[in-house]
Amino acid sequence: MSKTLYDKIWDEHLVHEQDDGTSLLYVDRHLVHEVTSPQAFEGLRNSKRQVRQPNLTLAVADHNVPTSDRSKGIADVESKLQVETLEKNCKEFGIKLFGMNDKRQGIVHIIGPEQGFTQPGSIIVCGDSHTATHGAFGSLAFGIGTSEVEHVLATQTLVQKKSKNFRIKVDGELSIGVTSKDVILQIIGKIGTAGGTGYVIEYAGSLISSLSVEQRMTICNMTIEGGARAGLIEPDQKIFDYLKDRPMSPKKDNWNKALDYWSKLKSDNGAKFDKEITLEGKDIMPMVTWGTSPQDVISIDEKIPNPESETDEDRKNSIERSLKYMGLKPGTAIKDVKIDKVFIGSCTNGRIEDLRDAAKIIRNKKVAQHVYAMVVPGSGLVKQQAEQEGLDKVFKESGFDWREPGCSMCLAMNSDKLKPEERCASTSNRNFEGRQGRGGRTHLVSPGMAAAAAISGSLDDVRKYQN
Amino acid sequence: MQKFKTIKSIPAYLSIVNIDTDMIIPKQFLKTIKRTGLGKNLFYEMRYNEKGNAIEDFILNTKPFNESKILIAGKNFGCGSSREHAPWALLDFGITCVISSSYADIFYNNCFKNGILPIILPDTKIKELSDYSKRKEEITVNLEEQKITYGNNETTFEIDQFKKKCLLEGLDDIALSLEKNPKITEFEKKLVTNKPWILND
Repeated sequence: MSKTLYDKIWDEHLVHEQDDGTSLLYVDRHLVHEVTSPQAFEGLRNSKRQVRQPNLTLAVADHNVPTSDRSKGIADVESKLQVETLEKNCKEFGIKLFGMNDKRQGIVHIIGPEQGFTQPGSIIVCGDSHTATHGAFGSLAFGIGTSEVEHVLATQTLVQKKSKNFRIKVDGELSIGVTSKDVILQIIGKIGTAGGTGYVIEYAGSLISSLSVEQRMTICNMTIEGGARAGLIEPDQKIFDYLKDRPMSPKKDNWNKALDYWSKLKSDNGAKFDKEITLEGKDIMPMVTWGTSPQDVISIDEKIPNPESETDEDRKNSIERSLKYMGLKPGTAIKDVKIDKVFIGSCTNGRIEDLRDAAKIIRNKKVAQHVYAMVVPGSGLVKQQAEQEGLDKVFKESGFDWREPGCSMCLAMNSDKLKPEERCASTSNRNFEGRQGRGGRTHLVSPGMAAAAAISGSLDDVRKYQN
Repeated sequence: MQKFKTIKSIPAYLSIVNIDTDMIIPKQFLKTIKRTGLGKNLFYEMRYNEKGNAIEDFILNTKPFNESKILIAGKNFGCGSSREHAPWALLDFGITCVISSSYADIFYNNCFKNGILPIILPDTKIKELSDYSKRKEEITVNLEEQKITYGNNETTFEIDQFKKKCLLEGLDDIALSLEKNPKITEFEKKLVTNKPWILND
């Protein structure tokens, strides 16, 4: 019988299946961070259990770390305790950890691929919903809760029920200034935040194959915003080239064996998908969110929608609630919306190509006077690479703040946050109420769009700044 | 985990769709290293003003809903972040049953790990129950019989039978999986031969 890539990865990891379909799956790679793990380690201690496979586990502190000068440590007492607790737990249970001052430290979903820890065909989990990112490598990667983190630590397996298959095909080419961030925002706008619930999404089509590895990560990353836990893409030569010689990639003979296996990872012709949609590259414009859900998205040329034209009562109420929170009026051109801050970073858009995209727009230009703009590289290695290319200078000369790596203002757990009613053009993944700080107003955009907004001082069209 | 027993409570209705886990428990409370004590911060930004004073007309701040054990909410409840702090906060507040027409996957699973029953009902039934909640009368949720009783009415709900069993018996997931230890060991042995790079590099 023809199988999808998801079906194949599932079958390959099946340790046990009950009659009702409840299955025990083997986990190949487990990423751990400081926020969702302390209670899991505490659970292990309380029940006198060990970590079954410490070598398949990699830990890093990212959510709570300061992105300013780190020589003084962490000022916030609770954040400090959480990061220290992770260090203590990793030591006690023999887990490899990239500490706060290690140059390999960074956002968990950026360092996994960077180190070659992320590999095609594997099952990768982490107590973080954006684990979907790793699906760009043709792995089945998804976020889990803390109880499940404990379960994986203790057993190296996870109890799951199988999801349905959903294929999203994107064909054609992207116009200049349009990026994979715009593709995924458009997809979420189309299917809605619950459109993928109960499914694993496979992204396919000529446009997806033409994307770089990092651009694919941006798409898979935001799969969770469409409700699907995992999104994946068939691995190809670009993926194999990316992984070759990474510190944790397979070596020597194992590399050849792995490559042989990875090359066969694809959905069969005629494999059955329970749901399927197709998009054309030429129809995708630079996108921007106007509301408090990632599905509240329009192209930069459009106007803010009017709740009065909605027939669905729930939808009408939620548009009204969003507009009130966002301080916006229906019918306003989104391009006319003035901003206060710009945030470039996060596991969605904090990689080197994202920084290059933004730097290209901002080069020899200035950040608008009333705007505070910051770049937070996704990892120490991204930061180092950017500095080697002189991107830090480009950003600093134009008035951007150049910071240390971490999750930062994507979720504002550290001191990087919006004040009430401050408006931000952000390359992150969630525009929820309060996400970037209580009362803060988030507009999700691509790195180039964020740079354009920084220059104009209001949401703007990146295509205006293309040379 | 506590065994799930039949609940009798006045349900609270929160008429918002797409309630995300950032709303349920904002990030400043994720810095804890414990599972308990989050109840006072449940729905923090809707429940308290910027000075930290209770917003009086928020449903969970008004009597008798401040003691509700059952929460009825709009569709796609629990979307967004995977934080298990969301069910921990609900549980610590005293809510052990949520009723909605749909849930985000991760939140849904997290509920079962903490003895919370997330019930799925069609929109029409949600409407009926939310209207009924205005009477401020107790309703009964019986998991064993998969039945909700409100006044002279009742409705049934569907649930995965294994998840039901785990809730009713308060079973420890990890202990159950560790019973499969020989199978896991056997799987790992095959892994060494078939995919040596997984365990070796």
